[in-house]
Amino acid sequence: MSSFMSYTNFGLFSGAAYAIAASGLVLTYTTTRVFNIAHGAFGMVLSFVFWDFSVRQGLPLWLSLVLVLGVVAPLIGWFLQRFVVRGLGEGPVSVSLVVTVGLLVFCIGLATWVWPPEARSVPPFMPASGLQFGDTYITAHQIITILSSIVVAILLYLLLTRTRIGTAMRASVDNPELLKLFGGKPDQVAALSWAIGISLAALSGILLVSVVGLDYYALTLLVVNAYAAAMLGRLKSLPLTFVGAMALGLVTSYSAGYLPSDGWLNDLRNVVPPLFLFVVIIAMPQAQLRVGQVKGIVSAPLPSLGKALGWGAALLVLTALLTGNMSTANLLLVGTAATYAMVMLSLALLTGYGGHVSLAQFTFAGVGALAYAKLDEPNLYGLFVSALIAAGVGALVALPVLRLTGLYLALSTLAFAVLMDKLVFQASFAFGFNGTLQARRLSILGTSITSTGGYVLVMAVFLVLMGFFLLFIRRGVLGRVLIAMRDSPAACGTLGLDMRWFRVALFGLSAGMAGLAGGLFAGLRGTIGAADFQFFNSLPLLLLAVVFGVTSVTGATLGGIGLMLLPVLQSNYPSLAGLMLVIIGFGAVALARDPNGLANLMFKAGRFLEARFAPQLLARLPALPGRGSTLGEADVDPLDESIDHNQEVPAHVAP
Amino acid sequence: MSLLEVDDVVVQFGGVTAVNHASFVAESGRVTGLIGPNGAGKTTCFNVISGLQKPTRGHVRFDGKGINRTPVHRRAKRGIGRTFQRLEAFGSLTVRDNVRVAFDIHRGVVGMMRPAAANLDALLERVGISQYAQERADSIPTGTARLLELARCLASDPRLLLLDEPSSGLDESETEAFGALLQDLAAEGRAVLMVEHDMDLVMSVCDVIHVLDFGEVIASGEPAAVRANTRVQNAYLGYSDDADGDLTMTDLEAVHETSRIPAVEAQA
Repeated sequence: MSSFMSYTNFGLFSGAAYAIAASGLVLTYTTTRVFNIAHGAFGMVLSFVFWDFSVRQGLPLWLSLVLVLGVVAPLIGWFLQRFVVRGLGEGPVSVSLVVTVGLLVFCIGLATWVWPPEARSVPPFMPASGLQFGDTYITAHQIITILSSIVVAILLYLLLTRTRIGTAMRASVDNPELLKLFGGKPDQVAALSWAIGISLAALSGILLVSVVGLDYYALTLLVVNAYAAAMLGRLKSLPLTFVGAMALGLVTSYSAGYLPSDGWLNDLRNVVPPLFLFVVIIAMPQAQLRVGQVKGIVSAPLPSLGKALGWGAALLVLTALLTGNMSTANLLLVGTAATYAMVMLSLALLTGYGGHVSLAQFTFAGVGALAYAKLDEPNLYGLFVSALIAAGVGALVALPVLRLTGLYLALSTLAFAVLMDKLVFQASFAFGFNGTLQARRLSILGTSITSTGGYVLVMAVFLVLMGFFLLFIRRGVLGRVLIAMRDSPAACGTLGLDMRWFRVALFGLSAGMAGLAGGLFAGLRGTIGAADFQFFNSLPLLLLAVVFGVTSVTGATLGGIGLMLLPVLQSNYPSLAGLMLVIIGFGAVALARDPNGLANLMFKAGRFLEARFAPQLLARLPALPGRGSTLGEADVDPLDESIDHNQEVPAHVAP
Repeated sequence: MSLLEVDDVVVQFGGVTAVNHASFVAESGRVTGLIGPNGAGKTTCFNVISGLQKPTRGHVRFDGKGINRTPVHRRAKRGIGRTFQRLEAFGSLTVRDNVRVAFDIHRGVVGMMRPAAANLDALLERVGISQYAQERADSIPTGTARLLELARCLASDPRLLLLDEPSSGLDESETEAFGALLQDLAAEGRAVLMVEHDMDLVMSVCDVIHVLDFGEVIASGEPAAVRANTRVQNAYLGYSDDADGDLTMTDLEAVHETSRIPAVEAQA
């Protein structure tokens, strides 16, 4: 019986910490409609700040706590609302998701840069004290945590019901537009709730850190737990969020205590929060279509068929020339870049055209790789089946969120990635814990490709084909419907489009493309393991895709190269490893509002130069008559996404 | 039996009642007007009919069958088409492609594989926007974009057309042509239900008018009868002992300039 009580104690303790984090998440989401995926990451950074104040600089514990919770955290919250989040809530969900994923990566980079990995510990509050209840001992730290959550609940209750600004906050939950019309100040409300929200994230992080440890990722992932709890309150109700957090804490604790410690049930204990999340999501009611969404995305111009073929051929020739005399290590890097570029193309379909965000694209690649290795059919058939399996898994992920909106879909992909990472990839039937699988290289029509250089070239061919496939889709019926869905879901619905199944199919197709890339990657490397497809990798992938341009094939190719270079640079300059994540995160935050990214800037520059200098060049080449008049437009399809309209994001979306 | 029956519908947002026990019908072959001051719940009614908003209470019947539980896209398939007060054109597609997408969606997954229908251009011509066919939808004037929404909606050959302020942004001659088009559409056997602020247009083309105020239907009838109704005058002007007792066009339009609780419509 005593063990039951101590599991209960621990469950209540972690539930209380989740509740504190989750209430902050709910507060910020309801007042600004921006779901902060970086909520846990800010808790993590602020726990490091707390460690810095209290342990490294030796300030008194209470002073450090007051400084972090009362000064640093609210300032960060205010700053975020003022300069990052404002105006995001009315825009497409994909933009606000990318921005907060950018913040998450930024936080992790910042923490690794400022506090490089070393053993650090934050002692629990009043470590020597505790209370004895019968034969159960409850530590002072646990009591303090539970009391803190009660205090937070009471303070939030008083704030929301007894103060003017609290009333305004509740009003903005129900109807932000009404609040504005009745003279409320949504900006003030939003700033305050972000200040409080980040402070609560910090408190929760600090309370958990003595148990979880000062770890860059464990605390960041707290957001999954907090999100799972908040979902019970449908991201709206604080009391239900508290109930959800407590339930989650208890379930996690009991499953740690009572699940058998061997077999797959043992792995289950690590994934209680994401499982909890899926269950709650499936029980959510049907979402309503939103009318009057602000549209902020103007697609990059579509290249003409000739131009696409030309660039594709150029890429292949370039790869052949470059890889001719390359060392095997460098060849592997080029192949990796091609893999990343293909995964980014799958994101271009999903995010760039479809307007949905996936935080699990690498996981789908992992599914493809796993299937390819397990099938042991190193030919086009095996590759195709692997892609098909990945596509099926992708569709399965989208299925439970069929009735919900993009935000829930994106967050369930995050939960799915964590689930796969911990429950499947590391299981003995898959790669195994720290294990690897062998994969043989593809043979095409009976010819096996043994040399790495040849294989890399084959990968480049697949990349180019995939690019063509994407452009083919974009130009056809499917592409038009995708753009229409992105521009106005409500209009598509009232025209008779069942977007739910369309979305499942889109998700499946995108996952299949990533899976194909994964299968090719497995063949390239020969030996693959769970570490190659860690869920966290999907985040820089998404960010770089957006930074380089998630709406164009060029953007995906450049992004693939960039993502391949990232770990290379990080291992060459270890002291700057964190800084690079900071830069990527910052870049995503800055560029997310224009997902056409750097690639589009290049297109613009190219067109400018062409318009500026081409006529003069042509004037000196009289041998080519009749071309001068059409140059400048000839390369771009005049029907679609015309050049003239490539204007900036509308003013009301811009910061 | 009327094609569309709205029966005792109530919609509440938090504490605000946007639609309060509203009942009205729209018949095939007729243009029905739905008017009322801003915030009266007209757009919310449209959202309820097209399925974008669940009613708190009450029923909507289409062609004799209850459709309360029918999802948005299936209502469209059954023959309910609508336009939006706040434009929902596909901004990054051309005008022609906007209509083409609507055709594609209407024909379904299998139909999408076949080449596009030839009547696409005829439809643009009919609505009067062919000269904009190759322009991007976010670069055309508001009035034209409203016509584009009408063309897009006609692509699925709906039996009931819900038009939310279709004429705002049109000039006088365009409005006249538009009125004729509406009567044409009704003559084809469609039911046209229109929320409109241009009283000249409403009075000249509508066969029946329903007046909403604070979410309630306060009057229904032919244009002349509605114009003479005291409750309507009250709703629009706040008093009924007008010297001649008759509501003028200017009176009706003046009221539309002042909004009461626009949030109710904006919220949807």
